[in-house]
Amino acid sequence: MTIQWDQIQEGDELPELHKKPGVSQLVKYAAGSGDFNPLHHDYAFPQAQQIGSIIVHGRFKYASLGQLVSDWLGHGGRIRKIACQYRGMDMPDQEMVCGGRVTRKWEEEGARLVELELWTRNAEGKNTTPGAAILALAR
Amino acid sequence: MAKEFELTDAMRSRIGDQSPPWTHEVTTTSVRAFARGVGYTDPVYFDPEAARKAGYPDLPAPPTYLGTPVFIPGVCSDTFSGPVEGRPTVDHGLKGLLDGGTETEYHGRICAGDRLEVVTRLADLTVRESRSLGKMLIVTQETTYTNQHGERVATQRSQVIHY
Repeated sequence: MTIQWDQIQEGDELPELHKKPGVSQLVKYAAGSGDFNPLHHDYAFPQAQQIGSIIVHGRFKYASLGQLVSDWLGHGGRIRKIACQYRGMDMPDQEMVCGGRVTRKWEEEGARLVELELWTRNAEGKNTTPGAAILALAR
Repeated sequence: MAKEFELTDAMRSRIGDQSPPWTHEVTTTSVRAFARGVGYTDPVYFDPEAARKAGYPDLPAPPTYLGTPVFIPGVCSDTFSGPVEGRPTVDHGLKGLLDGGTETEYHGRICAGDRLEVVTRLADLTVRESRSLGKMLIVTQETTYTNQHGERVATQRSQVIHY
């Protein structure tokens, strides 16, 4: 499904993306991204032992916010900017919900623009990855 | 955890340093590998026919994927895959390391078949204090991605926290 400009309203929420990344998923992400930091797959790694677990790549969460936006856009526009901050650790096999909301919709120099607020919510309800994006919708 | 940490002139003098260019490849296989790693099911990132129907010349790079650095053993980091030498660095003596945040600005489209020339610049150094980590050095790096046609397609700013 491709999103249509006329259907978008400020305050709209994006359909949530539910994830529960396990070690296998993190290994696939390591291979796909080239980030082989053992903290994300090796429980014997000193930093993982210190924390008590391996942790989900911050960049996996960032890419998942990208997926949330991509799924919503349905290739009916492009991302101009996407950003997030890593505010908390997420552990594997835990529920993680990626969400977003339209905070602004406007036209500028012939471009149809949308601003989004983004987040990931962990099982305790904490937002561990606050983010934002600006999209240009197709005309 | 550092109780005391101050920026020195020697550290500040590194601001503006930049890496020599390195190549990131965007291929059909690398796009699929990244899309699988994230968990996409959208065929546009896997099937060139679906990508063309969606208006792309080939598989598009999923958001936040900016190609895979060309890996050369002994030259690149076995852990992070990029080149080891020539990256702008700061001597700070702090041991802890955390990813702070990432911002990607797109100026153009990135698809399978692209070769990106990547340059990283040390953009800023700031010191902040956190209750749990003490004094932290925030290093902001700005990385630019230029494709084989000389077009700047993306700029990424990332914050690394040393504590």
